[in-house]
Amino acid sequence: MTTLLAKPEEAYLLRLYVAGQSPKCITAFVNLKKICEEHLAEKYQIEVIDLLENPKLAGGDQILAIPTLVRRLPEPVRKIIGDLSNTERVLVGLDLKRRK
Amino acid sequence: MPQTLGKQQSGLALPPSRPQIPKAPTGIQGLDEITGGGLPKGRPTLVCGSAGCGKTLLAMEFLVRGAIEFDEPGVFMAFEETAKDLTQNVASLGFDLDSLIAEKKMVLDFVYIERSEIEETGEYDLEGLFIRLGQSIDAIGAKRVVLDTIESLFAGLPNPLILRAELRRLFRWLKEKGVTAIITGERGENSLTRQGLEEYVSDCVIVLDHRVRDQASSRRLRVVKYRGSTHGTNEYPFLIDEDGISVLPVTSLGLQHDVTTDRIPSGIARLDTMLGGKGFFRGSSVLISGTAGTGKSSISAHFVDAACRRGERALYFAFEESPSQIMRNMRSIGIDLEPWVDQGLLRFQSTRPAFAGLEMQLTMIHKATVNFNPQVVIVDPLNGFIIGDNATEVKSMLTRLADFLKTKKISSMFTQLLSSGVTQGTDDMAVSSMIDTWLVLRDIEVGGERNRGLYIIKSRGMAHSNQVRECLLTDRGVELREVYVGAGGVLTGSARLAQEAQELASKLTRKQEIDRRQIELESKRRALDAQIAALRAEFEVREAEAMKIIAQEQAQAAQLLQERVEMGLSRSADL
Repeated sequence: MTTLLAKPEEAYLLRLYVAGQSPKCITAFVNLKKICEEHLAEKYQIEVIDLLENPKLAGGDQILAIPTLVRRLPEPVRKIIGDLSNTERVLVGLDLKRRK
Repeated sequence: MPQTLGKQQSGLALPPSRPQIPKAPTGIQGLDEITGGGLPKGRPTLVCGSAGCGKTLLAMEFLVRGAIEFDEPGVFMAFEETAKDLTQNVASLGFDLDSLIAEKKMVLDFVYIERSEIEETGEYDLEGLFIRLGQSIDAIGAKRVVLDTIESLFAGLPNPLILRAELRRLFRWLKEKGVTAIITGERGENSLTRQGLEEYVSDCVIVLDHRVRDQASSRRLRVVKYRGSTHGTNEYPFLIDEDGISVLPVTSLGLQHDVTTDRIPSGIARLDTMLGGKGFFRGSSVLISGTAGTGKSSISAHFVDAACRRGERALYFAFEESPSQIMRNMRSIGIDLEPWVDQGLLRFQSTRPAFAGLEMQLTMIHKATVNFNPQVVIVDPLNGFIIGDNATEVKSMLTRLADFLKTKKISSMFTQLLSSGVTQGTDDMAVSSMIDTWLVLRDIEVGGERNRGLYIIKSRGMAHSNQVRECLLTDRGVELREVYVGAGGVLTGSARLAQEAQELASKLTRKQEIDRRQIELESKRRALDAQIAALRAEFEVREAEAMKIIAQEQAQAAQLLQERVEMGLSRSADL
């Protein structure tokens, strides 16, 4: 159990950008679910956007890497790239943990 | 009809029968000549250089001209400048990106990468980039792509290994898509690019350079590598101005110009007479050397005037005086160039050579000539190009210029200022070997004044006079007069006038003397005639007298005879 900076006051809106069902994307989704259940309790919402089906959405959030997790809420917008296997980094990226 | 002699070879002399890889023309002046037709079609080209070299501009011009001139839509993926900044920056070159985008001929995509906002948490790839790029390409059916600049990717993304692998994949993907791509990158210390991209993009590499020497900046372009095609490997100067990029290619690597036997007048009738009666060959180069104030620019003005009268266009590169000053000065000797300027037949281009580097000057001359397409070009004077001790560079530049003008069959006239005290034949710029006709204006100093003499040192291909002519600047233009060779040598100016007056006077005296003698002779004859007449008259009188006496005597004798006969007759009566 890692120490939390603070209990999230507002709900987290997370967007996971994937490209099809590649192994990295599946891994990322699985990891994301795990982290959210562990650290965000009920206050989160995950959107999965498949760029192979909706390529036009890549420009909106300026997506280059796949998979990319974008924290839309709370502001500011944060981007986390990779399959999310490094939990520490994910938490730092989501501002749930102070960067060492 | 002009006769043309000799066969013509253009450009880089590629043997025509061998197949070439397909090329995408850039539309950039000079670049297509150097690359033998453009960039390799369907393959990526690397353009690298330090900051401010013009990489983005080259890439943008490639895209814009591709869309407008060659009907190939393009995608510009920018990692450094926003779309708005880019549009504004190129608007000054006349590229209207907004309308191109509206017409679906171009897509401008700004990719925002901010390192501090990105957290790396495991394995990833750059499929997002591929998807975005693919989307843009498919949206307009693009045939050209620009990625500017790859450095931003390396700065923004944390893992260079993944990045390199993905870039390799990207270039393969671009090839498969069949788009001609330009990727820009920074110049490296030990390698062509900082990131060593030339390992992946090795079909064609162009390096841009921007250096400052002797306070003048010059830009160079070099095609380091071009797989599958011969290319010019030298450094070529280029300039960036309000029309975009212009590269100066070396056009004739061999001396294979066509020549004609047409002759054109110099504008000074006496000079044409000295040149075998007809003037200069069309397309030949003429050098006028002379010390200060000897009339070099005036002779050029005559040449220009004569050309414009024939309806031909003339381009006057003035490196010392402003156009209005030249026109004012020429008006004082009776040549009015202003109407030709108004009619668009004469154009002046006036800059000081120190203002830009040597290659810049040459490129500007080249560009102005290509745009205006004149039949006559004047460069007045050549000396301004010599700064410091760059004499060899000046010579190489002038050789290229002379070659270029010859290939275009443009007649050219160069003026060269000699320092005073220099005798003829001295050629501190070693340019005389490229010149077809060399005129020298020399000071003749005698009797306390300076006059000018003009003579022809050489004129290839024609018989020319070897006489020195006195060159006078009158208000009717340049006039050439016979030089007076008197007992004291060559006389010009007032000494000549004095001599002429003296000769006239002595001629007059001689004439008077002759007249006088003739009159004397005449009077003697008359006197003689009178004498003869008098003698004859006397003789006639005597003759008459004598005849009378003779007649009398004869009568007396006859009488006596008669009397004797009668006496005889009377005496014989006594018988």
